[in-house]
Amino acid sequence: MTDQLSTAAPAPVLEARGVGKTFTGVAALQGVDFTLRAGESLALMGENGAGKSTLIKVLTGVYQPDEGQIFLHGEPASFAKPVDAQHAGISTIYQEVNLVPLMTVAQNIFLGREPRNRFGLIDFRKMQEDARALLATYDIHVDVRRPLRSLALGMQQMVALARAVSIDARVVIMDEPTSSLEAREVETLFRVIGMLRSQGIAIVYVSHRMDEIFAICETVTVLRDGKVVHNGRLTDLSRVELVALMLGRSVEKVKRGGVTAFGEVKEGEGEPVLTARDLSRKHQISGIGLDIRPGEVVGLGGLLGSGRSETLKAMAGVMQLDEGSLTVDGKRVRSGSVAAAIKAGVVMLPEDRKAEGIVPNLSIRDNIVLAALPRLSRAGFTSRAKQDAIVDVFMKRLRIKAASPNQVVSELSGGNQQKVMIARWLAMNPKVLLLDEPTRGIDVGAKAEVQALINELADEGLAIVLVSSELEEVVEGSARVVVLRDGSVERELRGSEVTEQHLMAALVGENHAPADESPAEIKERL
Amino acid sequence: MSLALEPSVGPATTKQVTRERIAGNVQRYGAAIVLGLLLVVGSFAFPTFPTVSNFTNIATQSSFLLIVAVGMTFVILTGGIDLSVGSVYALGGILAAYGSTWGIAGAVLLPLLVCGTVGILQGLLIAYGGMAPFIVTLAGLLGIRGLVFALTNEGANTPLIKDASVTALGQGGLLGLRWPVVIAVVVVVIGSVLLARGRGSQTVLAVGGSESAAVLMGLPVARVKFSVYVVSGLCAGLAGALNAAYSSSGVPTVGVGLELSAIAAVVIGGTLLTGGRGNLIGTTAGVLLLTVIQNLINQVGSLTSSVQAVVSGIFLAVVVIIQTVLSRTQRL
Ligand SMILES: Nc1ncnc2c1ncn2[C@@H]1O[C@H](COP(=O)(O)OP(=O)(O)OP(=O)(O)O)[C@@H](O)[C@H]1O
Ligand SMILES: [Mg+2]
Repeated sequence: MTDQLSTAAPAPVLEARGVGKTFTGVAALQGVDFTLRAGESLALMGENGAGKSTLIKVLTGVYQPDEGQIFLHGEPASFAKPVDAQHAGISTIYQEVNLVPLMTVAQNIFLGREPRNRFGLIDFRKMQEDARALLATYDIHVDVRRPLRSLALGMQQMVALARAVSIDARVVIMDEPTSSLEAREVETLFRVIGMLRSQGIAIVYVSHRMDEIFAICETVTVLRDGKVVHNGRLTDLSRVELVALMLGRSVEKVKRGGVTAFGEVKEGEGEPVLTARDLSRKHQISGIGLDIRPGEVVGLGGLLGSGRSETLKAMAGVMQLDEGSLTVDGKRVRSGSVAAAIKAGVVMLPEDRKAEGIVPNLSIRDNIVLAALPRLSRAGFTSRAKQDAIVDVFMKRLRIKAASPNQVVSELSGGNQQKVMIARWLAMNPKVLLLDEPTRGIDVGAKAEVQALINELADEGLAIVLVSSELEEVVEGSARVVVLRDGSVERELRGSEVTEQHLMAALVGENHAPADESPAEIKERL
Repeated sequence: MSLALEPSVGPATTKQVTRERIAGNVQRYGAAIVLGLLLVVGSFAFPTFPTVSNFTNIATQSSFLLIVAVGMTFVILTGGIDLSVGSVYALGGILAAYGSTWGIAGAVLLPLLVCGTVGILQGLLIAYGGMAPFIVTLAGLLGIRGLVFALTNEGANTPLIKDASVTALGQGGLLGLRWPVVIAVVVVVIGSVLLARGRGSQTVLAVGGSESAAVLMGLPVARVKFSVYVVSGLCAGLAGALNAAYSSSGVPTVGVGLELSAIAAVVIGGTLLTGGRGNLIGTTAGVLLLTVIQNLINQVGSLTSSVQAVVSGIFLAVVVIIQTVLSRTQRL
């Protein structure tokens, strides 16, 4: 398959031959051959735990390969540390932490190569000017003196990218750069990637979002269980074929799956289990009211900054409210207390799972049963057997890829860490489940599992609120959609109105979708 | 596009930024502000407080702790801790006394050499051996104190300093300030410049802010972690030597609990105990605050040193609470 590329293809910049890497018992990579050519934009695809991040880390000196060899411009190379790869012109945005939240934007961009004056002291003024100028070339305008953590996640990611690119890179590697970005931030990112490509910089791009892959990549390398199963042009593959390759299933079987795995959705009946009235917090949300009935999935639609996540946080007790009330099963729940919300049966899967929730040094089983412990224990003792049963069910159901339930979570691949988080909240047996971007960062296979699971849970009588930046997920997963705008409820879509077209129109504040405008056109205007 | 990204910061951007900035400044200069208030209140309350001789006293008493606290600030900024400084301080004093037979050079160089080596050993174990700073320096605290006692016949000997030039280093001075004060000021100034704009300063902050990010960014993490323990060892040794010169003897039992005072001063001065943010002006204010509180309590006369410990403890608790609240304000 590689043959069709070699005709007059530019010389390889970065290569791996026969690379293997084993972690205590787990073969993360086996005999991997990988080639990246000058100016190429390559998608690295594979399920959660397929070995994508590990390959990137081996290529950039974070890990040393157990076997095999890395080549740079055709010459054998070995990077003892990440900085060696950077000096060789390879810049990487890793899946996990990349920057220092306490330091300013400018400091982060220039860490390790600060401009100095003639006394050898750091020249902060020049640093700030340069940072501003650098960001401006990508049309990003922020106060570079602000600490990084005060910026939105997406903006932080843009700063990481700006840093990566500014190091005179010939190769830029991005491991799931969009998993914390909003749709419009993704657009900015793509524009930057476009600029990089036009400068002849080779790009390796990892993402679980098919749209993105097909939009910016020319070639693809597919990993499955640590081995390369496909190499070739992306245009030669359909989406279904690509998914089939990743999952190792037949194309027919994948086709039957459809776009999303949601089944029939229906509106809930009877008394609402959760009633929110007039939820308000200065500058974030104002006067939000919601009724959620058992057995229904309610979508929350809205653009960036419309207050979707804030609404969920308010209901989960994570965010203090200025005003408003929350009742579950007719009983008032104290606001601003997570414990009270959980006691009442309301739990939330937070949006930023990197920072919130995961306890990296605990095992998978401990992470899953952590929140459910009070429910599982009697007089302070917890039944090990009960825990094991629960952990077992969720590991199977969500297909968490790990050596054993006792593996510490920090050793799992990024996507599998997320599945552990989802399992934790489900294990609490809640009445109301608030899901903020439940399928972000997990692979197509697991995504379908999660979507099917949402369906099933609703059928079992759970009330679910779903926030997702993927419109089709909201539309196909929800029986009705409450659209937020600028922190208040704009309108509610029900029944036949729940379509992508109506949703998009509502997002921009129009009451009726003009019939002659296609979703794509509306998307343009967003 | 830039427009599109704005809303994610929230509609109250400017207000929020101002609030963040105020919170940041309070965190940075809070100790200095409280110190100023205490000085004013103290001056009105006790006529014997605002005298030149009392202030000179406060300055001299603070200078030893301040030099130790400068080293400690660097360590804490990287997210580490150095519990050995009290023992190293005593070791520095003993060695200065022994070294004073070779005059001032011996009294200063011998402690610096040995205490620097202690820092090097601890730094190697922590930065390159990957061991926990708490454990390594706790071993240092115990082991070095043991060494001090071994060198002084189980603490029975108190080596005296007979060389006049060495005692002059402790007692003499410049413009009415004793040498230890002058040296402490120099140490703070050099430290401040290095910390604000020196080569490794950004790495120090990055390591404390997020060590894994610093590693992935290719920063010299191990080298910087190593260096801060060497600096801390040197500072503690220097302070101990100056204290010995000041009191004309190397006392084996000095500096017990000094590490805790140093840590307290650093934290009161606005440095985050988790690392990544802080400065030496704050540390200086923190040290002065501890000394001034002690001095004011002495002014009352009837109160005991245990009261002083209680007041310092309450103070520290309040500071930590305020810091937590402030850093939360800045995150919102
Ligand atoms: N430090 C480690 N210790 C032990 N096992 C590890 C470690 N890092 C990765 N692994 C294992 O290696 C395998 C590959 O992980 P990797 O992070 O490369 O997956 P990935 O393809 O990036 O997945 P994702 O899409 O979820 O990010 C997984 O089974 C993971 O558990
Ligand atoms: Mg990964």
